[in-house]
Amino acid sequence: MHRIATLLFALGLGVLLLGLAAQLPLGATPMAIGNEILARAPGEIGAANIVTSVVLAYRGIDTLGELAILFAAATAAGLVLGHAGSRSRNGEAGFILRTGSDLLFPLLLTVGFYIVLHGHLTPGGGFQGGVVLAAAFFASFLARPSHRPGHGVISLIEGLAGAAFIGIGLAALAGGGAFLQPLLDRGMLGELVSAGSLPLLYLAVGLKVGAELAGLLAQLAE
Amino acid sequence: MAWLVLLLVVLMLGAAVLVLLLDNLVAAVAAASVVSLLLSVLFALLAAPDVALTEAAVGAGLSGAVLALGLRRLGLAGIKAEDDHA
Amino acid sequence: MDMTFAPDPLALLVIGALGLIVVGAAGLAFGRHLFRLVLALGLAEAGANLLLVIAGYRWDAVAPILTGSAPAAMVDPVPQALVLTAIVIGVGVQALAVALLVRVKLAYGTLDLAELKALVERDIRAAAGIGEPDSAQAPATLPGPAGLIGERP
Repeated sequence: MHRIATLLFALGLGVLLLGLAAQLPLGATPMAIGNEILARAPGEIGAANIVTSVVLAYRGIDTLGELAILFAAATAAGLVLGHAGSRSRNGEAGFILRTGSDLLFPLLLTVGFYIVLHGHLTPGGGFQGGVVLAAAFFASFLARPSHRPGHGVISLIEGLAGAAFIGIGLAALAGGGAFLQPLLDRGMLGELVSAGSLPLLYLAVGLKVGAELAGLLAQLAE
Repeated sequence: MAWLVLLLVVLMLGAAVLVLLLDNLVAAVAAASVVSLLLSVLFALLAAPDVALTEAAVGAGLSGAVLALGLRRLGLAGIKAEDDHA
Repeated sequence: MDMTFAPDPLALLVIGALGLIVVGAAGLAFGRHLFRLVLALGLAEAGANLLLVIAGYRWDAVAPILTGSAPAAMVDPVPQALVLTAIVIGVGVQALAVALLVRVKLAYGTLDLAELKALVERDIRAAAGIGEPDSAQAPATLPGPAGLIGERP
């Protein structure tokens, strides 16, 4: 009985959504805001990646809210999980795993920082690169559970990066602009040092996300 | 292009159904990662490389790691099938 | 494509997105295990994200990244930025849900939805001092030997 009711519910939901989706102008979206942003972003922001312009400049305060949610979620997860104590039930991993993680660590670090620092030029940015950075530290933690980075270091990086993000926003406010308005010279479109303060903002996001997620994964793995 | 999309969508929906039907929860988490991976290919085809990269890194990688570690923490990561017939 | 029949890619993608949403919703209504509910929620979320990106797609448009070549028509960057945010928040919520599941398992020893419902209702009744409905045992307000024998299955 329960199964049949659920099946009917799922089918009904599917038909309803299909009926709604049939009215969408597929492939020919009007783009009321999109066209405006596409026309103005290269001159106003100077970032080759328009999505980055939207995420960090036009919707910068939204990204700050996103960081706040991620911070709250990671903190709450850590709080709920509690401290498992110093029981290291799994000691050092085997030789192959340790050597592999040693080889992988610098490569992952390089890729992570590359993705973070090229966020305004190519696909990617602070969130994606931050996840790669967290993976680098988590891999080395899995290979050597006793050598985990201290909780204080992680909190310090996280706090400083978050403060840097807000600080750049406040600096724009102090300079007479709006909160999180891009600062500095826009530079040449498509060069590494361009788009004003956007690379700095993404660097702060990358460090914060990386430290936060590395801490969360290490806590879950305990 | 159309046939590639058809193949990807069919595989993705199949993996999504498997997420609900597989008895072993570790296998279900793996199926969820497969859904995210195929979804990231679809995002790349939809001219959204930023979203594709995010989905591949966050959805397929990090989310799978979080869920698998959670399963280990819950003591459900064993090979033995669990009596969880939906 | 020189075949006589070629499916419309965008229609297929819409069906894929709606399929993910429906499968996720069915899992939410169907699931008997709390962990399965977390997985189903992730599926529905992925479907909603795909639908948003499809809504910003245009035929004959390129990705919203400026290159050296002549400027071409670009797809809408706004839904892509929204989905970028949604994916990252989604995994944060998922991590929090998993942490809560660990806590539930510690407190009740099970993640089965039906068993949890019975246990939680028993705890609520005990806290409110109401006896078991349809129970021949003594009410919880009179803790005698019969009341002390828990009915934990």
